[in-house]
Amino acid sequence: MEELRVVLSKAGDISPIKSSEYVSVGGYEGLRKAVEAPEKVIEFIKASGLRGRGGAGFPTGLKLSFTANTPADQKYIVCNADEGEPGTNKDRVIMEEIPHRIFEGMAIAAVAVGADQGYIYLRAEYPHLKKILEEALADAREHSFIGPNIVNSGFNFDIQLFIGAGAYVCGEETALLDSLEGKRGEPRFKPPFPGVAGLWGKPTLVNNVETLANLPAIILNGPEWFRQIGTEKCPGTKVFTLSGNILNPGVYEYPIGVTIRELFEDVGGCCPNGKKLYAVQTGGASGNIIPPSLLDTPMDIERCSENGATFGAGDLMFIDEDRCLLDVLENLIEFFEHESCGKCTPCRTGNPQLLALIRKFKNGTAKQSDLELMLELGNVMVGGCLCGLGQAAPNPILSAVRFFPEVFKVNNNYERGAS
Amino acid sequence: MTNSIAEVVDADAILVIGSNTTETHPVIGAKIRQAVNRGAKLIVAEPREIPLAQQAEIFLPLKPGTNVAFLNGLMNVIINEDLMDEEYVKNRTEGFEELWDIVKEYTPEKVGEICCIDPEDLKAAARIYAKAERAPIFYAMGVTQHSTGTAGVMSVANLALLCGKVGKYGCGVNPLRGQNNVQGACDMGCLPGDYTGYQKVANPEARAKFEKAWGVGLSSRPGLTITEVMDAIESGEVRCLYIMGENPMVSDPNLNHVEHALRSCELLIVQDIFLTETAELADVVLPATCYAEKEGTVTNTERRVQMIRRAVPGPGDSRDDWMILSEIMHRLGYDNEFSSPQEVLEEIARVTPSYGGFSFERLEKVQPQWPCPTPDHPGTPILHVGKFSRGERAIFKPSPCILGAELPDEEYPLILTTGRILYHYHTRTMTGKNEDLNRVVGRSFVEINPTDAAKLGIEDGGRVRVTSRRGEVEVDARVTNRVSEGVIFMPFHFVDGAANRLTNNVVDPIAKIPEYKVCAAKLRAM
Amino acid sequence: MYKVVIDGQPSEVTNGTTILAACEQLGIEIPTLCYLKHLTPEGSCRICVVEVKGARHLQIACATPCTDGMEITTMNERIYAFRHMIIELLLANHHADCFNCSANGSCKLYQYAMDYDVEQTRFEEVTKFRPKDESSEFFNYDPSKCILCRRCVRTCNQLQSNHTLSLKNRGVATWVGLPFDKLFKDSNCVSCGNCVSVCPTGALTTKASKKYRSWEVTKTRTTCPYCGVGCQMDLLVKNGKIVGVEPADGPANSNLLCVKGKFAYRFINHPDRLKTPLVRKNGVLTSTSWDEALDYVAEGIKRIKAESGPDAIAGFASARATNEDNYVFMKMMRAAIGTNNVDHCARL
Ligand SMILES: Cc1cc2nc3c(=O)[nH]c(=O)nc-3n(C[C@H](O)[C@H](O)[C@H](O)COP(=O)(O)O)c2cc1C
Ligand code: SF4
Ligand code: SF4
Ligand code: SF4
Ligand code: SF4
Repeated sequence: MEELRVVLSKAGDISPIKSSEYVSVGGYEGLRKAVEAPEKVIEFIKASGLRGRGGAGFPTGLKLSFTANTPADQKYIVCNADEGEPGTNKDRVIMEEIPHRIFEGMAIAAVAVGADQGYIYLRAEYPHLKKILEEALADAREHSFIGPNIVNSGFNFDIQLFIGAGAYVCGEETALLDSLEGKRGEPRFKPPFPGVAGLWGKPTLVNNVETLANLPAIILNGPEWFRQIGTEKCPGTKVFTLSGNILNPGVYEYPIGVTIRELFEDVGGCCPNGKKLYAVQTGGASGNIIPPSLLDTPMDIERCSENGATFGAGDLMFIDEDRCLLDVLENLIEFFEHESCGKCTPCRTGNPQLLALIRKFKNGTAKQSDLELMLELGNVMVGGCLCGLGQAAPNPILSAVRFFPEVFKVNNNYERGAS
Repeated sequence: MTNSIAEVVDADAILVIGSNTTETHPVIGAKIRQAVNRGAKLIVAEPREIPLAQQAEIFLPLKPGTNVAFLNGLMNVIINEDLMDEEYVKNRTEGFEELWDIVKEYTPEKVGEICCIDPEDLKAAARIYAKAERAPIFYAMGVTQHSTGTAGVMSVANLALLCGKVGKYGCGVNPLRGQNNVQGACDMGCLPGDYTGYQKVANPEARAKFEKAWGVGLSSRPGLTITEVMDAIESGEVRCLYIMGENPMVSDPNLNHVEHALRSCELLIVQDIFLTETAELADVVLPATCYAEKEGTVTNTERRVQMIRRAVPGPGDSRDDWMILSEIMHRLGYDNEFSSPQEVLEEIARVTPSYGGFSFERLEKVQPQWPCPTPDHPGTPILHVGKFSRGERAIFKPSPCILGAELPDEEYPLILTTGRILYHYHTRTMTGKNEDLNRVVGRSFVEINPTDAAKLGIEDGGRVRVTSRRGEVEVDARVTNRVSEGVIFMPFHFVDGAANRLTNNVVDPIAKIPEYKVCAAKLRAM
Repeated sequence: MYKVVIDGQPSEVTNGTTILAACEQLGIEIPTLCYLKHLTPEGSCRICVVEVKGARHLQIACATPCTDGMEITTMNERIYAFRHMIIELLLANHHADCFNCSANGSCKLYQYAMDYDVEQTRFEEVTKFRPKDESSEFFNYDPSKCILCRRCVRTCNQLQSNHTLSLKNRGVATWVGLPFDKLFKDSNCVSCGNCVSVCPTGALTTKASKKYRSWEVTKTRTTCPYCGVGCQMDLLVKNGKIVGVEPADGPANSNLLCVKGKFAYRFINHPDRLKTPLVRKNGVLTSTSWDEALDYVAEGIKRIKAESGPDAIAGFASARATNEDNYVFMKMMRAAIGTNNVDHCARL
């Protein structure tokens, strides 16, 4: 299956640093078009149907218009490059290979909403990217793609790189803003949304790396072109990350709507050593775990949720028949317990309890009441945590109980038997 | 205060001068910090590096006694840089020429020298204050307790007027009153020249009004202030002194002189809740109830009248102050009809226009700020909105900087300044009876700069003798950068090691405030 | 104005009103732990959830703004079960030793456990508790009683603005601590006790509160006797004695106090308080009756006035007495004695 590269177009073929090379493949043309008719940018993005690629799938055009329509003396563009979800690597590849496309996207957004300062919040675990991004930024500044009077348009827009705090939750947009402000990164209650009151209380557009990298092509080629790719409700491509027990793990860009089976068999090359596929975790560490019977689900936000899968940031982790699902779950909950910021009650105190309950299943001491408690707790967390971390943390367990009930063996006689 | 406490959190800039707010008015201090958290720029002008200085945009460690020069310097910069509010000065003030005549001499360089500060900091402070939309000035005893205290207060007012910051939300001239009802005691006419609500004894109309209200003839002779009374006792003019709830044996300047006066007073009557140092010298001691045992009203620093209420019975035979006083009046042949504090407040409201709208019944529900002339008047959160109390225009009353009455010399090379600390209050009549507070700070001390300490061979925690022309005390030394070189600081709360054995009883000629904040002293390790 | 319907009752609220405030207007009580009027709502405890028609999940009442036409249900099985679970989760991280706890009777966790019929938590205890800090002269801190509502931290940082308390670590290891894990007595804490006043459990308690339970005390609203700020406060009285002080929402202090207002009340019950009048006899101050003392005073004043005129008498009123006391004092000096020699230490 051929890749369709929009975000990663020419990535790897040119120098990531030199803006001249990016320009030679049509780079910064979108920005030039945007500055000529800034009022059209939001119209275009809205018409394109682009949705956020950071996991939540929020319509990007609408987000832009919130920030644009909030009057303020200062506005900001923040690129969320925290990419902390285990098993996601797509933003890293974009930043490694074609960072100017991100800068261009940020500048287009800035022109559209009236911001003059941007930040890239970079995951602390990507130190090698610091150098690439800094050099690329310096080059862009030197050639006036960022800085004062960008592309001779009269607009000013500069970008500053900020190294993250090393916590997964700082990828959540409001925690990210707190962290940028130098505070302990903790999610804030929304509303107000960042678009209205974000960084230092000012309207702030927060978008994922991949979302921003989509903007130049949309502006350049128009929304109709973009809508031809992908599905009706989710136009465009997605940069998928394939990982786990698969022959060709990696990052691949395909039109949205490609099925999990296509990605598993044609792109990923199935499980190594002829092993049978047992389960797929969709949408990242906090996504649902589905059985092979659902492999024909198209990767599209609506289709995924209808079928009990998760689109998320487009990650797929494949689990073969040799792996124990309870081990996988234990690992995942350990991750969430560790990464919980501790602000809200259900996540702070719920994750350790989920972990304790999973361990009961592992060592065969779980009773029926434990299963019920686990489901009850999981549902309280999904509906009741303050941010996406706690809300999504029980997803792997809840989906596993649904699709793999055989894994959760209960032993109601345990106490009597043990004594 | 011309404005309300609650407004401070909305300030854009705040000037604090002569007030260690977080220790002496802690809750206002907290609100100033809230404003700073929200982005307000804080300017602190104080001889010591007080806690607020850490949050300050600009901290100006003024040499004690140089407030007027500093304020004149600010005005000099503001006028020179065209930052004054010309409209306001034109429409609402008088005497700008006279002001300029004086402040023009106070160039930043000259003020820098007088106050020992960087002229650039002075300029920056002037710009911040003048340019801010909402900028209150807070000051306290660090401005008033000088022989030139009145000039200090006037200069603060001049500054605010010059920038059009009087009569406006979030601005104003805001003296912080030391005790919980100083404001009320003044409002109630416990001042030699004033009846209630600042109606002047010297004004025949006012006198006639009170004569009518009280049904007796009243004296037109001006009365004596505290410090004058002390002198008058020594000269024999005053033979009887009645002290209610005060402890001049710790709080007054030049204690050796006070002690001598009180001991020589023929009839000393003290009404208090404890046998204070002053009560020990009395001929009669009358036991009073304290705030938790009686009803009444008090007026805070923002002119807000609030209730105190009886929570517990008074100990033994103690009685409410007003009851004791009514009894004495009765025995002196003057019959009062008061049977409750409510009735007293009713009379206050009748004879005091600014308190006309207060009654217990109303204060149960709302606590307005005076002036509040009628029961349906909402009170006055901000004074001088639109116009000033005396006619239309405020008059600038400029003054040159006259340095402290007693300056350091070879014999007494240090400047002693005194003040309060967080954990104690006034003469410790109340706080000193709390063991927990005493364990935190139980004895007097003197703060001294490390350079001076090294010169004098003084170590942190060591005992030292502090001497002035009026007396000497022994206290613990605290070696700290909070005070500048040449300056030492002592709290005045403690009987043992009482700072006021050293302070100077010269007073400001107008306000009669003693110069607690500057006197010359020397220090010796023991 | 927005129209909303809460538990079937129609109501009107201004734009920006939270669900909690709208419920308050109708007298409907919602449980809260992290919410405090003077702090920005942060929505961390999650106990105040309500059901909003059309919303997939329960919504927190303290922070969610009302929208026009919103229909809100404040109690049903789903809400009850949710709150029940929150309490169970908190109890699993709590050293519930109510019998020995100063907060017994005023503890919100205890109250809600009772309201939501939580007799025991189904969860295991998972937290390792930090050691107690009893180093302050005025209050104690027991992290094993902390439910991480963060009221204390926000009060210390946002209101007192002293930055003594902060949140340390993350996730289930989160705890409220001091910089460099210092003790209170070695920190920059100014002992204002505002963190203690807002703590809904027995984690931060005054030292004095060991000796009373909330149901034993009556409260009297009054004004602080110390500085000129005029903070409003409630005196807590047990058996005719002041045992504690709580801040009130006065116009000047908005629920804050300082160390003196909060803790310096012991002088009131102090044995050294004057209980009888004293008159100096043979050089010694001796207890006497009111009649004798008052006669002594009146006779003395009369005699001196007769001999030297009224201006031979002077009086100092008090900046700590009430307006009424001071008025009567001033009237005594001027009307009954006839002198203007009346002053007080306004200048000190
Ligand atoms: C716990 C948590 C972690 C997140 N991490 C990331 C991340 O690493 N990168 C990202 O783009 N979005 C992340 N998000 C989503 C952001 O909150 C936000 O929705 C996103 O940055 C919006 O950008 P988009 O609209 O372009 O997708 C995270 C959300 C949560 C709850
Ligand atoms: S859900 Fe978890 S990570 Fe999110 S705010 Fe609550 S405690 Fe923090
Ligand atoms: S007593 Fe006051 S300063 Fe100390 S920790 Fe509590 S709130 Fe902060
Ligand atoms: S100590 Fe008290 S106020 Fe502070 S977080 Fe814990 S329970 Fe809440
Ligand atoms: S509590 Fe503190 S700040 Fe408030 S009035 Fe009393 S002494 Fe002043």
